[in-house]
Amino acid sequence: MSDRITGLIVAVLALAFAAGASQLEEPFFADPLGPKAFPLLISAVAFLAGATMVMRPDAEPAWPGLATLTRLAIATVILVAYAYALKPLGFLLPTAIASAALSYQIRPRAGQSVIIGLALAGGLFVIFKYALGLGLFALPRWLMG
Amino acid sequence: MELFANLALGFSVALSPETLALAVAGCILGTMIGALPGLGPSNGVAILIPLAFSFGLDATHSLVLMTAVYYGAMYGGRISSILLNIPGDEPAMMTTLDGYPMAKAGRAGDALVLSGVASFVGAFLATIGLMLLAPILARVAFMFGPAEYFALYLLAFCTLGGLGSNNQAKAAISVCLGLGIAMIGVDKSTGLTRFTGGSLHLFDGVDFLVAIVGLFAVAEVFVFIESHGRDSAIGVKLEKIRIPVKDIMNSGWTMLRGTGIGFVAGLLPGAGASLGSFLAYMLEKSTARDKSTFGTGEPRGIAAPEAGNNAAAGGALVPMLTLGVPGSGTTAVLLALLMTLNITPGPLLFTERPEVVWGLIASLLIANVVLLILNVPLVRVFSRILQVPAAVLLPGVTMISFVGIYSLSGSYFDLLLMIGFGVLGYVLRKLSIPAVPVILGILLGGHMEVSLRRAMVLSDGDWTYLFASPISIGLWIAAVAGFILPLFLRPYLRTPARVTPDDDADRDRG
Repeated sequence: MSDRITGLIVAVLALAFAAGASQLEEPFFADPLGPKAFPLLISAVAFLAGATMVMRPDAEPAWPGLATLTRLAIATVILVAYAYALKPLGFLLPTAIASAALSYQIRPRAGQSVIIGLALAGGLFVIFKYALGLGLFALPRWLMG
Repeated sequence: MELFANLALGFSVALSPETLALAVAGCILGTMIGALPGLGPSNGVAILIPLAFSFGLDATHSLVLMTAVYYGAMYGGRISSILLNIPGDEPAMMTTLDGYPMAKAGRAGDALVLSGVASFVGAFLATIGLMLLAPILARVAFMFGPAEYFALYLLAFCTLGGLGSNNQAKAAISVCLGLGIAMIGVDKSTGLTRFTGGSLHLFDGVDFLVAIVGLFAVAEVFVFIESHGRDSAIGVKLEKIRIPVKDIMNSGWTMLRGTGIGFVAGLLPGAGASLGSFLAYMLEKSTARDKSTFGTGEPRGIAAPEAGNNAAAGGALVPMLTLGVPGSGTTAVLLALLMTLNITPGPLLFTERPEVVWGLIASLLIANVVLLILNVPLVRVFSRILQVPAAVLLPGVTMISFVGIYSLSGSYFDLLLMIGFGVLGYVLRKLSIPAVPVILGILLGGHMEVSLRRAMVLSDGDWTYLFASPISIGLWIAAVAGFILPLFLRPYLRTPARVTPDDDADRDRG
C-alpha cells in the first residue's frame, strides 16, 4: 500500500511539475529547446515511474509504531527549534539542550542525557571556535553586548 | 616519461609539510569515521565538507584532506563490519559475511590484519591504475561534445538506477526527484526563474551541500532513533594482534582478483564500491574449490570484498576527475566539493590544473602507506572507537551538520531545508528508494540540461544529433543495457544472507 500511495503522490507531483514548466514564459531569444523542454522530460519520466510503482508495488515496508513515530516527530521539532534558536541564543545553550534531548530520544536516561548535552556543547564549541576558527557566538547576543 | 614528470610535480605538492599533515590527519579522521558504526564514507565526508571550507583551505588541500578521509573511511569501515557485524555503509556489507564469523571464532585480530592488508593492496593498486588510466581517459574526453555528455549523464543515471536499486521504477523516481530539484532557481541561459514559488531563498537554487548533509547525515539520526541505537555495543573481543602470514599468502591471488574486479566496477559511472565488493566476493566464492567454507569465516571471503571495495574507491575517482561523473555516493560528495571550490572536473582539469590532479594522486599514494600503518599495527586503538554509544555519537553528528551548514550560509532557511532533506531521506530509506541518485540528480541536473540544449543549438533542433557520433551511440547502448540488463540478472545477483546474532544459535545447533 505504501508503494501505491507513494507512486500516486509522485505521479501527481510530476503533473504539477509539468504544469509549472508549461506556464513558464518562453523568452524572445531562446535556444531551440528553451527552458521548458527538459523539465517536461523529467516530469514525463517521473510520471511513468510513479505509475509503475502504483501498478507493481513492492512488499510493504516495516513502518515504526506510534510510539516511535512520536519520538521521530519530537526529534524533528527539536531540530527545527534548534535551527531557529542558533542565531539569537548563541551556540552553547541551544546545543546543550538539543543534544541532551536527542540523546534522550535514543536512550531515555535523563541524568546521562544532561551530561552528554553539556559535554557535547562544551567540547564542540572548543573544537569549532579554537581548532577550526569559526566565528560562533557562545552566548545570547544581548549578553555579549 | 611524461608520467614521471607529472608524478614529480605531484610529490612536490604532496610532500610539502602542510599537505602531508592534512593527508595524515585525513587518514586518522577517516579511519575513525569508518570505524564508527552507522557512519561511512559518504556521510562522513558530507559532514566534514562545510568545515573544510570554513577552515579556509585551498582547492588542492581540501581535496587531499577529503580524499584521505574517503580512503580512510573505506579502510575503517571493515572494523565495525568485523567486530560488530554492522557495516558502516553498503560497500562494507560483504565483509561482514566472513569477517564476523571469523571474529566470533576467536580470530578477530587475524581478520582485521588480513582485511587491512587487502584494503591496502586494493587501494594502492587502484591508485596506480588511476594514475595510468585517468590521463588517457582525459584525452578521450576531449572528443566529447554536448551530445556525448548528455548520453554520458544518462548512462550514469541508468547504471546507478539499474545496479544500485532492486526496483527500476524507484531508482527512476529518485533520479527525477534530484533532476527536478536541480531545475529550481534561475535558468542560466535565459535568466528566467523556474519553480521557486516566488521565494527569494530559492533564486540560487538548492545548495547541493544542504541536500547532501540532510539526506546522508540528518536522515541517519532518524534511522538511529527508530532503531534505538540497539545495534551498538555487542560484539567480539579483540585478542592480541599478530600477522597471519599464512592467510595473507594464501589470499594473495584473491586480493589481486578482487582488486581487478573492484577497479573496473568503480570505473563504471554510477556503479561504484558496492558492486565492486559484491562481485569480488561472488567471483571468489564461485571459483573456490570448496564453497562451503564461505560464510563461516573464510579468510579469502574477507580479502576479496575488502580488496574489491577499496579498489573500486580508487576506480571511481577516474570518471569523477576526467568526466565529472561520479561513480558512487561518496564520489558524488567529492564532486560537490570540487564544484563548490569552482573547479570543473573534466579533461581541462588535467591540462590547466595539473598540480591539483597530480598532487592528489601523489597524496593518495602516501595516504595508503599511512593507512596501512594505522590499520594494521594501530588497529587496536581504532577498535576502541566502537565503544562510543549512539546516544553520544548521533547528537554529535547532528550538531556538526548544523554548524557546518550554518557556517556556509548563516541562514535558517538552509538549516530548515536540511532538516526537510533529512526527513525525506528517512522516508525514502523506509520505502527502499535509493538516495544517492537524488544527490547525483541535483549535482548533474544543470549540466545535463545545458548539454542537451547546447546539442540542440548545434543541430538547430534536430534530435537525431544526439545519436550522430559512434561515441554517443555506444553510450546510449550502454545506458539502455545498464538499466535493463539487471532486470534479467537479478535472480543471480542475490546477496548471501548475513549472519545476524539471532541466527547464530540456530547455526551452532545445526
